[in-house]
Amino acid sequence: MFDQTTVAPGKAKKNRKSRYKPRGRQPSNRAIEEVKQIFAGKALHKDLLIEHLHRLQDEFGFLGKDHLAALADLMRLSLSEVYEVATFYHNFRVFDSAEEAPRLTVKICDSLSCSLNGSAALAQELAQTYDGGAIKVTHGACMGRCDRGPIVRVENQYIAHADPSTIQATIDKALAGEVPAVGELDHVSYADYCAQGGFNKLKELYAGKLATDNVITSIEESEHRGLGGAGFPHAMKLNSVLSIPGPRLMAVNADESEPGTFKDRYYMNSNPYQFLEGLLIAAELVDAQTVYIFLRDEYPDTAHLLKTALSTIEIANLTNGRKIELRRGAGAYICGEESAMLESIEGKRALPRQKPPFPAHVGLFGRPTLINNVETLYWLPEILTKGADWYKQGTDNGRQGFRTFSLSGHVKTPGVYKVPAGITAQELIDDYGGGMKEGHTFRAYLPGGASGGMLPASMADIPLDFGTLEKYGCFIGSAAVIVLSDQDDLKEACRNVMRFFEDESCGQCTPCRVGTTKALALMAREKWDQPLLLELSDVMRDASICGLGQAAPNALLCLMKYFPEELV
Amino acid sequence: MSDTFSFTLNGQQIETDGSRSIWELAKEQGTTIPHLCYTDRPGFRADGNCRACMVEIEGERVLAPSCMRKPSEGMVVTSKSDRAEKAQKMVMEMLISDQPERQESPDPESHFWQMADQVGVAQSRFDRGRDGDLGDITHPAMNVDLNACINCDLCIRACREVQANDVIGMAARGFESKIVFDFDDPMGDSTCVACGECVQACPTGALQEKSWLAPSKIDRQVNSVCPFCGVGCQLTYNVADDKIISVEGRNGPANEERLCVKGRFGFDYIHNPERLTKPLIRKEGVSKSDIATLDPANPYTHFREASWEEALDLAASGLMKVKAEKGPSGLAGFGSAKGSNEEAYLFQKLVRTGFGTNNVDHCTRLCHASSVAALLETVGSGAVSAPFNEAENSDVIIIIGANPTINHPVAATFFKNAAKKGAKLIIIDPRKQALSRHAAYHLQEKPGTDVALLNAIMQVIVEEDLVNQSYIEHSTEDYTQLKAHLAAYTPEAMADKTGIAPDDVRAVARLFATAKAGIIFWGMGISQHVHGTDNSRCLISLALLTGQIGRPGTGLHPLRGQNNVQGASDVALIPMFLPDYQSVEDPVIRGKFEDFWQTKLDPVAGLTVVEITAAIHAKQIRGMYIMGENPAMSDPNVTHAREALCMLDMLVVQDLFLTETAAYADVILPASAWPEKNGTVTNTNRQVQMGRAAVALPGDARQDLWIIQEIANRLGLDWNYEHPSQVFAEMTQVMDTIKGISWDRLEAESSVTYPCEHADDPGQSLLFTDAFPTATGRGKFVAADLIAPDEVTDRDYPIILTTGRLLEHWHTGSMTRRASVLDAVEPEPTVQMSPAMMENMNLQSGDFVDVKSRRGQLRIRARSDSAVQQGMIFIPFCYAEAAANLLTNDALDPIGKIAEVKFCAVQLEKSPTS
Repeated sequence: MFDQTTVAPGKAKKNRKSRYKPRGRQPSNRAIEEVKQIFAGKALHKDLLIEHLHRLQDEFGFLGKDHLAALADLMRLSLSEVYEVATFYHNFRVFDSAEEAPRLTVKICDSLSCSLNGSAALAQELAQTYDGGAIKVTHGACMGRCDRGPIVRVENQYIAHADPSTIQATIDKALAGEVPAVGELDHVSYADYCAQGGFNKLKELYAGKLATDNVITSIEESEHRGLGGAGFPHAMKLNSVLSIPGPRLMAVNADESEPGTFKDRYYMNSNPYQFLEGLLIAAELVDAQTVYIFLRDEYPDTAHLLKTALSTIEIANLTNGRKIELRRGAGAYICGEESAMLESIEGKRALPRQKPPFPAHVGLFGRPTLINNVETLYWLPEILTKGADWYKQGTDNGRQGFRTFSLSGHVKTPGVYKVPAGITAQELIDDYGGGMKEGHTFRAYLPGGASGGMLPASMADIPLDFGTLEKYGCFIGSAAVIVLSDQDDLKEACRNVMRFFEDESCGQCTPCRVGTTKALALMAREKWDQPLLLELSDVMRDASICGLGQAAPNALLCLMKYFPEELV
Repeated sequence: MSDTFSFTLNGQQIETDGSRSIWELAKEQGTTIPHLCYTDRPGFRADGNCRACMVEIEGERVLAPSCMRKPSEGMVVTSKSDRAEKAQKMVMEMLISDQPERQESPDPESHFWQMADQVGVAQSRFDRGRDGDLGDITHPAMNVDLNACINCDLCIRACREVQANDVIGMAARGFESKIVFDFDDPMGDSTCVACGECVQACPTGALQEKSWLAPSKIDRQVNSVCPFCGVGCQLTYNVADDKIISVEGRNGPANEERLCVKGRFGFDYIHNPERLTKPLIRKEGVSKSDIATLDPANPYTHFREASWEEALDLAASGLMKVKAEKGPSGLAGFGSAKGSNEEAYLFQKLVRTGFGTNNVDHCTRLCHASSVAALLETVGSGAVSAPFNEAENSDVIIIIGANPTINHPVAATFFKNAAKKGAKLIIIDPRKQALSRHAAYHLQEKPGTDVALLNAIMQVIVEEDLVNQSYIEHSTEDYTQLKAHLAAYTPEAMADKTGIAPDDVRAVARLFATAKAGIIFWGMGISQHVHGTDNSRCLISLALLTGQIGRPGTGLHPLRGQNNVQGASDVALIPMFLPDYQSVEDPVIRGKFEDFWQTKLDPVAGLTVVEITAAIHAKQIRGMYIMGENPAMSDPNVTHAREALCMLDMLVVQDLFLTETAAYADVILPASAWPEKNGTVTNTNRQVQMGRAAVALPGDARQDLWIIQEIANRLGLDWNYEHPSQVFAEMTQVMDTIKGISWDRLEAESSVTYPCEHADDPGQSLLFTDAFPTATGRGKFVAADLIAPDEVTDRDYPIILTTGRLLEHWHTGSMTRRASVLDAVEPEPTVQMSPAMMENMNLQSGDFVDVKSRRGQLRIRARSDSAVQQGMIFIPFCYAEAAANLLTNDALDPIGKIAEVKFCAVQLEKSPTS
């Protein structure tokens, strides 16, 4: 009798579903088991999230929510921490289930260099032929092969000079399960590099024959600068990192994604050991505990080569006990921004950090961190071997040092060219690019990829270097020169650039997230509201957190300033 | 004071030490720089993403966010230059273009629109770029309308960094980026625990309470404190039309503006139609055992309305009649840890001086009685030695037998904050919990093996010489006995019992013993056992052994359950003590109180909760006065307890609703809910806090204080308290711990920590910094032997049942099941069990199972939950329709007199009807 009591008070049961499982999404047993198996024995630190997402996607072809929930559980992350990272990067594909996921994803590069080579028409054709069902046809940002556009990516294969027939063949094979192995690259071998005196400077440094101070002084005398785009004096950066007590870390930015840039890829693919010697020298200079190489996902051949090279130098005992981790990017231009890259290495969304503090002082995992671009490091062994004076001899028009230009667009021989600093665009086109392509007249050029602005052919006599272009509203950045001709629609080129920034904006700050999309909408109009565009651009430049938003309107501003006839 | 320097802001020279942002310094100067993603509320980091607060700094290439930027010497800053203002306005204009029209936006008076007004932007020249269905109304408490979202990420910081619930994230990127719950799941289906921190933080109304009203329609705001758990969160009620519309967290010392789902959304129980508004008297001829058809929504089948005069007269005369027949010990009273200190004090005074007995107790008996017993015995003080907020100064935090994200949700946020900052969390509990994800170790022991495990941990500390020798020498006694006792308890010897690998035991022992500052929190998983006192003794020994007490970041903290269980115990709503834990059996003390109260007092300690039930069955007790307690749900072996209630000659129940206990009453007195009264409560941190009335009493319900006094006066006491402040003043005369606290001080400060000696004493938050309040000044080691649970599993009853709470439901559910949001989120009783066990039994989620113990049985649906280990089930005790306490064991801890509701043996079968 006393097991009974009054009518229970709760009334909601009648109109609300009860819960017979824990709160929120739960992974299925199957997903839990599969994920456990894949990651058995693997480290599960938070910062490995992006690596592990790649691993899952490589396994299943997409990221299923069920697997993601299981991964979150395994890595002891919250669901949202996993989901926001999985949906941030271009190259991850999140779907509810396998039924929704395409078997193949085909991406046509729509960056300016490729679009000058007809990528838009190709994209349209491929979309009509293939898109839907098993195949998803979509666009991709610059893939770092701008001298051979248009580039099409089919899963992890990159097809240069793509045309419908080569794509057809690749797709057919891929659907049949035939995926070619990653190609071996023709490069300076370890033996050859050593035979040329490679790693001598590093060994001298390890042996104490070269003093850290002297090395930094040499670098200072050479006036060597960071070559990722900002041109920050390298010696100053080393000293800045050294001003904070250790343990210190180092991060190498191998995520060149500025449209039109493919020089770092060139150096890593052709002479990986010189790059690695530079890396080890810098790591030794700042006594970095661990070095992270952040390599863009679009360079699987480079990743393959670097893995071999890293184990070679490990075996050769050249790392001085340093751990070198190769991290795979997941498709985000913003990772070129150094602090965004740090966030990505920490396994998070790549949101640039606010400065100060600067990463040299408070960087990766809160530690003082040396961040260098590939090319910056590549030069180090050569500067130390040949001397600061040798490096400074690379001069043109009163500038000093060497610069590596990625030349693309309507020139006869696009490619990577190592030239003296201070060369002009005209010289670059004539002396290295083989002149303009048949039927094209030089009209305009972008001196520093999508972000460095745009200048008319009439201003092609300006020395191209850090500090020489700023007064024209431009900069050299990563030295990606894209050449436009009289056949090109400059307004469309500017829209292409703005679309790129809109697509790549991380979304953190209002001026960039909203500004790029509003600018694009204004630029889509027949008649441009120039005063409003100008006002908007001013605020984007003034108030964005990082260089992406600040530089996004450069090409647009240049068009209004140097090509008023386009807007009549 | 660190060095200061000066910089220029808007032409004004300002001295600063460089620790604060330009925004904060500007605010101090009277300039509110526009801001959206920034709030200066506690716990919120500046993020600098909205760029509405940009200022111009001379010599810098671009503008700087004033919320993040700190000035340096000689810096020249202006927030009002053309360039800065152009950016401030353009940011608003960009955002407005994607907002709904102001009058159609979720909150036209929002911070966002106020900022738009401030910078003078009402329209946008840009086209709207946002599309799609951005609304989500799936959650019972909150609505989402991302049309109004500005991606400022305050909700993410609220969810992830302040409350550390980690539900909200920002998915995708760029213009496509959007706020999501989990995997972009509907909020109502997500892992959201509805703390509402995001709603309080949202500057646009994109996240909003369903009950939201525009600030201009709010009649008044009343500052008070939360009536649910022992954390003691300070809050502000927003009241309109004499109803509580919404609740905001206030900056109290315990909560720093944070709240949980109950404190945020759990208040409409006071407006529930089932609320009692008239005194009720049992109808002639209605049997007390005729219960099943009684619906609290309609008591008139069993009761009739009465005037207050009639009801009070009947109650008092009934109780007096029992006293006349059986003597004072024929009566007993249960007071409440849900009411104020003043009510609790008067209630025990009534029982002691009006009834003439010490038979007064309350739910502390089912809560931390064993912890208090152990603490009094070893360190001389039954309360916590440090507030839970000390966790921020700890580098190792042990949480044992507690599930704070459920039972002390706001305290748990501070533990998670500490873990995210790098403190090592050690969880010891048979069940996994939300904190496990943040923990360095979760020792998922077998139920009821705490003494074995804790002794093993201490054995390692002694064996490896990780003890704090000088602390032991200077501040403790009886170490030798403990040391000898521990020798046999090696991790290897205990591994079979506890199920914990010796390596893990060693690692945890080393971690805690070598911590710079280690702190221990525990809950009912420690106390509610027949060896509850022993469990606590082990924890105390662990702290003494390592010297992890009496310093910042160290201490012993039994997490107190009810909002005022600390206070109710302090003011002696317990049978063996007079206020401030002074023994009733000590003639000197008793004499002092006899003088003060001007009456003779019962010289013998009274009976405890479960003992009173037994005494009723033994026909010794015939009359009871129960205020705000619900033993017909909360007592172990509740069939037995209900039968007892049924046997009484006179049962007077004073409550808000017709509770399961009131169903057996002769007289029911409609009382006051917490938001309807003024009074003080004492939280788990020993902070005495002021509660204030926000709304009027419904119908003819009365203040509890008034009711107690009316009964008292009918028992011949001549009381004349006109205001709770007079009661508080009386308390301070007999309680040294709070003598420095006054009603006026609490009115002004809202919260004062005790011990507090005088009016200027800020209160002592850390205890035992010099010595212990014991006879020797030392803390005492008391060794504990292994005692098996009273009822272990066997072939007939092979499964362990453990009981506890759910996040949404408070105690027996009498309030929370009548709170619409809380009821909607957890509407139905379920038994939680491991997926593997369900598979073995061929059970699907939601199937009915029959659970049976030697004392009772119930039918309940199954909820799969891998947090529960194999061989064990968990049933929350808040559901009347499947009352877990039908099954539980009423065997008592011999010292604390607490029942073993955390452990009994049951059998489980798939219900044939499912």
